[in-house]
Amino acid sequence: MASGDEFDAIVVGAGPGGIAAALTMARAGLSVVIFERAERPGQKNVMGGVMYGRMLADVASETWRDAPIERVVVDERVWLTTPDAAVTLGHKHVPHEDPSEPPNAFTVLRVPFDAWFASQAEAAGALIVPGTLVEDVIMEQGRVAGVRTGRADGDLRAPLVVIADGANSFLVQRAGLSRPLEPQEMALVVKEIIALSPEAIEDRFNLEPGRGATIEVYGAVTRGMAGYGFVYTNTASLSVGIGALISHLMRTRITPWDLLEGFKTHPLIAPLLRGGEVREYLAHAIPEGGIRAMPRLYGDGVLVVGDAAMMVNNLHREGSNLAMAAGRMAGETAILAKRAGDWSARTLSTYRDLLEASFVLQDLRKYERLPEIAERRPELLSVYPAILSEAVHEMLRVDGVSKREKQRKILRRVLAQRPWWQLVKDAIEGWRAMR
Amino acid sequence: MRIEDKLYTLRWKHDKQTHIKIVRGDVCFERCGGEWQRPCTTFCPANVYQWDGEKIAVSYENCVECTSCLLGCPYRNIDWKPPRGGFGIEWQNG
Repeated sequence: MASGDEFDAIVVGAGPGGIAAALTMARAGLSVVIFERAERPGQKNVMGGVMYGRMLADVASETWRDAPIERVVVDERVWLTTPDAAVTLGHKHVPHEDPSEPPNAFTVLRVPFDAWFASQAEAAGALIVPGTLVEDVIMEQGRVAGVRTGRADGDLRAPLVVIADGANSFLVQRAGLSRPLEPQEMALVVKEIIALSPEAIEDRFNLEPGRGATIEVYGAVTRGMAGYGFVYTNTASLSVGIGALISHLMRTRITPWDLLEGFKTHPLIAPLLRGGEVREYLAHAIPEGGIRAMPRLYGDGVLVVGDAAMMVNNLHREGSNLAMAAGRMAGETAILAKRAGDWSARTLSTYRDLLEASFVLQDLRKYERLPEIAERRPELLSVYPAILSEAVHEMLRVDGVSKREKQRKILRRVLAQRPWWQLVKDAIEGWRAMR
Repeated sequence: MRIEDKLYTLRWKHDKQTHIKIVRGDVCFERCGGEWQRPCTTFCPANVYQWDGEKIAVSYENCVECTSCLLGCPYRNIDWKPPRGGFGIEWQNG
């Protein structure tokens, strides 16, 4: 540690990744400062709304019980839509009642949640400096030596900078860890918070009080673009949103608000929202490039966590949990570095090793081919839901035609839309991307 | 619901100075009109960018800081920086 440094570590950004890193370090006695550009932590932060208990409890330990969660997710649904129908899949469960175990998944609103999470880091001894934009990293002889903030006399040096400033991070580029991203490596998601009474939500989604449902909606609703819509239940509101790759929005010229309005008025979605009042309209970028678009995750004096490092598993709508796990591992790496008195890339490479040994990089590697397929072949997301929906519809229609004849009819219709060799090719490509 | 009504649900702390600049007006005028038809006027979720016939008019005070325009401008012609600390969008729910 260079003499005279006031802090062991500077964390940029008070989201799940940055707070998890700061909390881990502060609890081990490291001195940590967090810079956050919002006036209060949470005010700049948005996500769809599902968070996971295990990674939160790993970081927050016993205090996870006080987290401001909305509803415990007990019903997860996937809808494959056409303009006026859907094939629906799902899983419901009765959650465990073991009070020592956090729930698997729950919905949150990020403004109150992040404010609470930041207060945990503060209670552990981290200093939070809000209302402060980090404009640049200070580079010295190829190593990151601190940050430049927008304040007067705003330079601060520390042996470690944890970059956790979110999607489309400026700082990873300034630190020489990444190239600029491409429009197919980021999605834009818009959502609304739609107020509804808890009773209406519980009736419409068939839920006990405090329990929640999620619906991911694929197919016609994204109008040929790669993406999906979602409906998540909060205590007294719904989070209703839809997103698509920026590259596809550029090409189709569909505005995000038209996309959202189309989703809300889909005949299967509209009844769920009826009578609800729009409280807030939000927009946010979601990293979609996967492991192939990741920046370097460490360097001399620097670690990168969360959205800034592309840590999103979009197929499983996971992100904040990856950020929390990575933040914890960044914190643990910093504790080792402090003990060794060495903040160079040699010691900090432990962070990468921890991530490699965990679900974070293992899951992202599993799906490394998906982003490229989503960009190149968005039609797969509308063609197959339509084929499936029409097939099921045909089999369920009782019109005097024999089931065997219906099967032949379905097969003829499928082959008219897609020759057999194309079906085989799609199946192989799909299998390779998901296995 | 129109975009104007959606934006009406939001709160900002407005800065007097803009955090968004078009780097070269001639790029929007001469190059972007043909092939791309100025996609910033359609993909921006807060309707910040509008073509007035000669140039892109930038309503920076509508910006919700999603950063899409950094990637979505085909000519990387939008110089977007985060608003100064404490300024810009203030989400109520997130």
